Amino acid sequence: MKADPKRVLTGAHYLDGDHAAAEGALAAGCTFVAGYPITPSTEVVERMAERFPGVGGIFIQMEDELGSMAAVVGATWGGSKSMTVTSGPGFSLMMENIGLACMMEAPCVVVDVQRGGPSTGLPTLPGQADMMQAKWGSHGDYELVALSPNSPQEAFWVLIKAFNLSERFRVPVLVMMDECVGHMTEKVVIPEADQIELYPRRYTELPPEKYLPFKPEKDLVPQMIKAGDGYKIHVTGLTHDERGYPVMTWEAQEKLVRRLVEKIRLFKDELVDIEEEQTEGADVVVFSYGISSRVSIPAIQKARKEGIKVGYLRPIIVWPFPEKKIYELAQKIKGFVVVEMNYGQMVLEVERATKGKTKTILVPHGGGWVHEPEDIYKAIKEAAK
Amino acid sequence: MSEVQLKKKKEETEEEHPMEHLLRMERMPHIWCPTCGIGTAVTAFLMALEKSQIPLKDTAIVSGIGCTGRVAGYVKLDSFHSTHGRAIPFATGLKLANPKLKVVVFSGDGDIMGIGGNHFLHAARRNMDLTVVCVNNFIYAMTGGQCAATTPVTANTSTSPYGNFEQPFSLPYLAASCGAVYVARWTALDVRRLAKSLTEALQKKGFSFVEIICPCSTLYARRNRLGTGLDLMKFYHDNSVIKHGADLSELDISFQSKIVVGKFIDRERPTFIEGVNQGLRGVLKDKFVEYGGPIDDD
Repeated sequence: MKADPKRVLTGAHYLDGDHAAAEGALAAGCTFVAGYPITPSTEVVERMAERFPGVGGIFIQMEDELGSMAAVVGATWGGSKSMTVTSGPGFSLMMENIGLACMMEAPCVVVDVQRGGPSTGLPTLPGQADMMQAKWGSHGDYELVALSPNSPQEAFWVLIKAFNLSERFRVPVLVMMDECVGHMTEKVVIPEADQIELYPRRYTELPPEKYLPFKPEKDLVPQMIKAGDGYKIHVTGLTHDERGYPVMTWEAQEKLVRRLVEKIRLFKDELVDIEEEQTEGADVVVFSYGISSRVSIPAIQKARKEGIKVGYLRPIIVWPFPEKKIYELAQKIKGFVVVEMNYGQMVLEVERATKGKTKTILVPHGGGWVHEPEDIYKAIKEAAK
Repeated sequence: MSEVQLKKKKEETEEEHPMEHLLRMERMPHIWCPTCGIGTAVTAFLMALEKSQIPLKDTAIVSGIGCTGRVAGYVKLDSFHSTHGRAIPFATGLKLANPKLKVVVFSGDGDIMGIGGNHFLHAARRNMDLTVVCVNNFIYAMTGGQCAATTPVTANTSTSPYGNFEQPFSLPYLAASCGAVYVARWTALDVRRLAKSLTEALQKKGFSFVEIICPCSTLYARRNRLGTGLDLMKFYHDNSVIKHGADLSELDISFQSKIVVGKFIDRERPTFIEGVNQGLRGVLKDKFVEYGGPIDDD
């Protein structure tokens, strides 16, 4: 299925990451956005509010983030491709209903333009410290997908990919931007609509009497209907059977939650999206994402000039974590340098994935500003020893 | 007897409940306590649903959490059992995504007025096209009888063991002051009047609100030594006063006081969707593109 030409702003534009994300969502077929203003994410919904009336779609500014996320799940079951946008404090408030989206298998997209935290922290300044919250923020066991763009151009494409993956797996997909990517303005080239492939919602063709709303297909993902299709289904956040009816037993929990987890874990090799450069024969690999990956480049170039063999690895899909790739490299290199704007989050995953085969050096930063390339350079030299 | 004979005998001896076609009978028995009022409230709602003649296919019901939160699971409609306090925003998303739907929120006082209070205020203010039914039993029942935003002053709950000394919400006053276009209150004893009100609420365009005062004998009555569910019903019978169009300031409920019931508000104003569409059409003229066909309320 191709994108609708009326919704695709084909051409070269000068956009910031937030606006580019909004254009990506429009191209992806998003028709419902509920949001609550929060810096540095607000420009996404401001652009949606401006663009929706001209292309068909509804933006509602909700009373808070809890309501925004609940409305998104409701809108998905009403038949929309739906999205909300927030930053750290709002992301925390959305967590319960992100869990609801996982349990109700409601495809949707949540954009978190990260700022410095904890608490209100640094509203107008960058951070990358919501990465573990993205993975573990809601209660209970679940799996979802998260992506992290490092430029406005990529923010456009990542939003399309986020919507497609959400429909493919029927999970909430999180887009983990940061304030720098959200607010930096760069050239964004938007292609013709026929070059944008969309994954359509998995609606059932079964008649109501044969349809079970939570009976999985071979890939563990059930087919959907929307309210008003005449199926009279029940959907709950409680542990449920294939009919959607609550069942309070460990057997029902085992069957349902295992499937919710495995529908992602079984496909984790398919869910790898990495930008990689000169890792072949490298002694050191710099692992970074979002704006930190761009700050790493001068440090990598400086080290290379001095003859150090440095590779560059950037996961665009950050959850599920590309552990296989890390393990492969770990067996060949002297060390990873992990650059992230927090005091150690994704570095834990890198360490886990290396299984002790190589060392890992973290270059932390509390947020509020980007790393000094010099600090990254020093870590590269250390890792190369 | 063979299975066929057994089935035949069953058909001969058992009469179908008149509401079976609107209930998920495979989910029965329900979880509610004997003498709970929620069942009566559901019956009144189903009577209203039939009378309102809104196509069942286009009707969806959303609940939050708690005893009343289970209503969505028992009613044979597209039904959603969402998170605690978020039934109204969930319903808002559902309605906006598919404006042809009649969306009903059916939940308890803890859910709609406690944790979800803010959503209630804003949905009423926006005149979101929803019918909100709040079953008020003055207490958090499913969690074990804790104090609610509706618990009358001096009433005993498990978290106000010496009595509650917080002023409770007057739900109709709150709904009306936020802009609801239809506001009524009945007790679970007033089944026919309640059904009539619910019919009107369902047929109303915009934010309609019906409060149902409901006995909770297991927790509220027991903790407050008010007798059985039947005693509570008798109390309602003797102490509720019908006063349509009552002054909103008369609607407070004190401990074991008179309860004013009736229809208090029935007025017109543009719904959220109407307001937005009209405004955007006016400003953007032919540049305005309606989403998913006409987004007018049916």
